Amino acid sequence: MELIVSGLSEAFRMIIELDRDIFDITWLTLRVCILATLISMIIGIPLGMLLALKHFIGRRFLIVLAQAGMGLPPVVAGLWVTIFLWRSGPLGSIQWLFTPTAIVIAQVVVSLPIIISLTYAALQRLDPQLKKQLKALGPTRLQYGWFLLREARFGIVAAVMAGLGRVLAEVGAAQMVGGNLLGDTRILTTAMVMEVSRGNFDVAFALSFILMTIAFLITFLLTYFQQRQVIR
Amino acid sequence: MTLLQLEAISYQKQNKMILQVDELSLKRGDHIGIIGPNGAGKSTLLNILAMLEPPTSGTITFDGMKINPNKIPISLRHRTASVFQHSQRFDMTVFQNVALGLKIKGIAKNEREQRVHEWLTRFRIDHLSNEHAYNLSGGEAQRMNLARAFALEPEALFMDEPFSALDAPTKASLMYELKSILRERDITAIFVSHDLLEIEAMSEKLAVIIDGRIIQKGNVRDVLNAPSDIAAPFLHAWNQLKQGLDPGVQ
Repeated sequence: MELIVSGLSEAFRMIIELDRDIFDITWLTLRVCILATLISMIIGIPLGMLLALKHFIGRRFLIVLAQAGMGLPPVVAGLWVTIFLWRSGPLGSIQWLFTPTAIVIAQVVVSLPIIISLTYAALQRLDPQLKKQLKALGPTRLQYGWFLLREARFGIVAAVMAGLGRVLAEVGAAQMVGGNLLGDTRILTTAMVMEVSRGNFDVAFALSFILMTIAFLITFLLTYFQQRQVIR
Repeated sequence: MTLLQLEAISYQKQNKMILQVDELSLKRGDHIGIIGPNGAGKSTLLNILAMLEPPTSGTITFDGMKINPNKIPISLRHRTASVFQHSQRFDMTVFQNVALGLKIKGIAKNEREQRVHEWLTRFRIDHLSNEHAYNLSGGEAQRMNLARAFALEPEALFMDEPFSALDAPTKASLMYELKSILRERDITAIFVSHDLLEIEAMSEKLAVIIDGRIIQKGNVRDVLNAPSDIAAPFLHAWNQLKQGLDPGVQ
């Protein structure tokens, strides 16, 4: 119990005093997670739409692939990103391994299937009669896609929240491709693992509060946006 | 003058023939009812007429233009409107729902607002303008759908059992309003129903479709007075129903 109390008080002290290392780690975490989620949205939402609205050869295979990818263990994603970015790997020459860019790539790999699959599911759930009515109004392809996205926005925001949640919680891949280098690639989750292994529970507590606060605030904002749209 | 014509149309699904139409022509201002039992192919025929579903083979001509059913020009879609059985409500206000087609069509904001108000008033739902569409009753929602269709000022209006989900008083009042607007604006209307009473009230012409084929077509009175052998049992059943419900008929 004493461990918890002293850990908590130390954690609050570090947060209130705005510890430099913790600030850097938090700032990097925010940058990589938001960037990874944005990239996953930019790629994943159109791909989810394509799978939901177009029929083409290989579509079913891609749907299965995206849905299977939702269960992809982050360490496996980390392993493949590491192999590709390794000095002697196919993309070794660009020297991205152990940089924040590598973490972003690994996080995109784990969150992209979630955003694709949930966008696909959100659009699939729309009433086919509603799609027919929209088509009858004579929209351009862009208008058709836009108005369907608008109708499915509740599910799409949920897809983004799930993708963001995965990225914020992810540790295995970030550890593997980033290396947890202080001031360079250390993010909140990898720092927490390290501090716990060292027995520094106070620091781990502080990091966990920050991580939970970030997760809560972003999810709160997205949920607020989502609910504001459906209030009748 | 012919507005819409189908020639040698067939529609197959999973190698099963669903619809075969040798010829069907609609003149400008025609109000034609398509009637038939459940599963006869009425909605498929309407979807093909409305160019929402391409036929497997055959020719569609709209206002003298031969149409490639797999590549319908947007400008052509903007000359027609459709209303379906279950009122389609977009997740927005009533005003936005009615304005949607006009927005898609690129109508300027001022004109859009003026047309939406005109049709909301005409269908007596202007007081619901700012209401969310999901809060409307079935009758109000179908009024909204009709307002959306008429706001587009279509040359042809396709309706797939638009009254089937409505109670009798709502149905009667909407049918009356709809009929008077169609006459006033000289809009070609294609009306699908399995209810002969609705067809008689709404159309001057009738096509009877059974097992995917148009069995008989012509003026409503002519068809009802002299039904073909195949159409007779279906139409006779309706006459029996009408008489059975009329206490004056023994």
